[in-house]
Amino acid sequence: MLHTFVAYVEDLPGVLTRVASLFRRLNINISSLTVGRSEREGLSRLTLVCEASEVAGHRIRASLFKLENIVDVDDIAKAPNVTRELALIKVAATPRNRAQIFDLVEVFRARIVDLTSESLMIEMTGVESKIEGLIEVLREDDGRILEICRSGKMTMRRGHHTSSVLKAMGKAPDESSLQEDVTEDAAEANADVEPA
Amino acid sequence: MGRNANAKSAESHLTTPTRLTGAEIVWATLVGEGVTTVFGYPGGAILPVYDALRKFPIHHVLVRHEQGAAHMADGYSRASGKVGVAMATSGPGATNLVTGIATAMLDSIPMVCITGNVSSKVLGTDAFQEVDITGITLPVTKHNFLVNKTEDIAHAIRYAFQIAVSGRPGPVLVDITKDAQQGTAIFDFEAAKPRAYRPHPMLHVDESGLKHAAELIKNAKRPVILAGHGISESGAMEQVRTLAERAQIPVALTLLGLGSFPASHALNMGMMGMHGESWVNTAIQEADLLIACGMRFDDRVTGTPSTYALKAKKIHIEVDPAEVNKNVKVDVGLIGDLREVLEELLPRIAGRDGSAWLKTIESSKGAVSVHDIKNLPDSGHLYAAHVMHDLWRITGGDAIVATDVGQHQMWEAQYFHHETPRSLVTSGGLGTMGFALPAAIGAKMACPDKEVWVIAGDGGFQMTAAELSTIVQEKLKINIAIINNGYLGMVRQWQEFFYESNYESTPLVSPDFVKLADAHGIAGRAVTTRAEVAEAVNEARKAPGAFLLNFMVEKEDSVYPMIPAGNALHEMIRRPGKNPLVESADDE
Repeated sequence: MLHTFVAYVEDLPGVLTRVASLFRRLNINISSLTVGRSEREGLSRLTLVCEASEVAGHRIRASLFKLENIVDVDDIAKAPNVTRELALIKVAATPRNRAQIFDLVEVFRARIVDLTSESLMIEMTGVESKIEGLIEVLREDDGRILEICRSGKMTMRRGHHTSSVLKAMGKAPDESSLQEDVTEDAAEANADVEPA
Repeated sequence: MGRNANAKSAESHLTTPTRLTGAEIVWATLVGEGVTTVFGYPGGAILPVYDALRKFPIHHVLVRHEQGAAHMADGYSRASGKVGVAMATSGPGATNLVTGIATAMLDSIPMVCITGNVSSKVLGTDAFQEVDITGITLPVTKHNFLVNKTEDIAHAIRYAFQIAVSGRPGPVLVDITKDAQQGTAIFDFEAAKPRAYRPHPMLHVDESGLKHAAELIKNAKRPVILAGHGISESGAMEQVRTLAERAQIPVALTLLGLGSFPASHALNMGMMGMHGESWVNTAIQEADLLIACGMRFDDRVTGTPSTYALKAKKIHIEVDPAEVNKNVKVDVGLIGDLREVLEELLPRIAGRDGSAWLKTIESSKGAVSVHDIKNLPDSGHLYAAHVMHDLWRITGGDAIVATDVGQHQMWEAQYFHHETPRSLVTSGGLGTMGFALPAAIGAKMACPDKEVWVIAGDGGFQMTAAELSTIVQEKLKINIAIINNGYLGMVRQWQEFFYESNYESTPLVSPDFVKLADAHGIAGRAVTTRAEVAEAVNEARKAPGAFLLNFMVEKEDSVYPMIPAGNALHEMIRRPGKNPLVESADDE
């Protein structure tokens, strides 16, 4: 089954090596790994997707937590969540077929972020399947795609949820920074709205 | 400056923030952590630290190879329960520690290793004697640090000590660049205290788990306690004993569990697993409940997991959540410190009549135990079992025994009956040959008043025999028993059983160990008959200094019983009914 581990890791040299090393040792392929800053200074948020049995998933979570630089780990594949991926796609395009690609980009609610006489670059944010869909259609015309750059998955639980461990450590997100008027329902309703 | 003056000034560093060099901070922090002995080997990248040593009340043991330093720190920890400390220079000094660190990792031994590294300016440039030791030791340490700022040294070392002992213990490495050792910073021991340990989200004993476990114990007809290394690590000897006695549950021990439940106790069945007695393994296979205490269902104790204790429900009490359901699926996982969990569980356990089950186990012993070599009349041949038996008898079991890895290790486990925890120092998880001699040095440094024996094979002994010099330099009274059969015995046994007796590369030419000892200034003698064993052991014990006994034992004796790899726990190769070398042995 697919696991999505979300971990808060300390911003220190070698932390990603420790995480990757754990999967290497278990001979499990990481299908997606995304890391970036979190709401807390000094802590990065990591989203890691891999295929493993349920028992192995439990063990991976426990083993990840054993790493000293990991402050919290959660496996949220089964929880209601919002998942996004960013893709930059460079496509060969001449003035003659540009309009056709523009239409396609419109249908997929992506956008053009760079344009030259021979190529253009499409930026798309969405769930994996939607990005795959755009790529597939673009590929129908042989040789049109020049380069693809994808971010890997970013996942967040739906609703007003935050890590209990961060709370226990006094590291929970500052409550006052949350918008008071966003109730769980409202947040959930907003959650699946595709970005333009 | 005298030792007392050193102690006084070191103490003042701990209470008053003072400007010190990084090298001085290393020692001052170690003093603050209660360290009195460090095992190590100097070199260029750690020289500032060695230069500062004279100012601090710490005894440094100069080893002959850094692997020895790591094993000594490990043995020190196993014998005392304190954190052992090893020190080495950069490059080869650091890499030589790796086997010792891995040994400690696999057996969950709290240890701190401090290595020097090249200056931070040249870090990563392949400078002379530079190696990425934090990268190399990543998979074999619980955690490691690369420190390149003087002001970070105290915190890193204090943090390392905390990590080493918390939860499931393990080794931690602190790598310090030379410029960090040479720089100065304000040393504030209190301020360098690491943050409070984070709570583990998976580490909680829930009420329902305790209730379920108590219910399973109450209803079990054929329960067995599996006692592991976690018992001595968490100091749960008393609690395990109470559980066993109150509910009348027999106890089977892992190799590292030996000593955590008294060998002479009526409920002690002995060692389980690959070379455990057959009745122990049969009892586990027949059990309807296993209560695993601080053990991890290693493949050496389960045989093939798919055939392991299929009739039994399983309760696993374990501090490391990653171990629960790893090798064996359990019904109840109680995650937490063993002693604390048992203290919560015990009030829910009522007295229980276990006599029928105990009787069944007792009745399965008879036929097998008569084949114990030690019960057979002297045939003129010397068997390792005789040596172990006499060592146990003569010392009254009141000694710390450090073993190497191989046949002698299993014979020790079978014939030397350990009554107290921390009396067997042995490499279980990694199975490190060459462990015994340096580990015994560490154990003797930790427990100078205890009688310490090394039991090693002729193969493993040669891997770290250079540490004989360390024994002499430190004037240690350590007795050494070499079980010499001219083979890499355990490998030869596997070749005999599973590779058609093709003894490829296992016959072993050794030096005359007595002469080798003599060259180091250590007395010794060779022993070739059973009749001589007791006298030789007594001679060694009475000798004022270290003493080496070279026991020339039967060359092609094998360790029985044995579960061949890939077999179920009960599918054992039993002791042969008729040993051609032993007269009057009956069929089993």
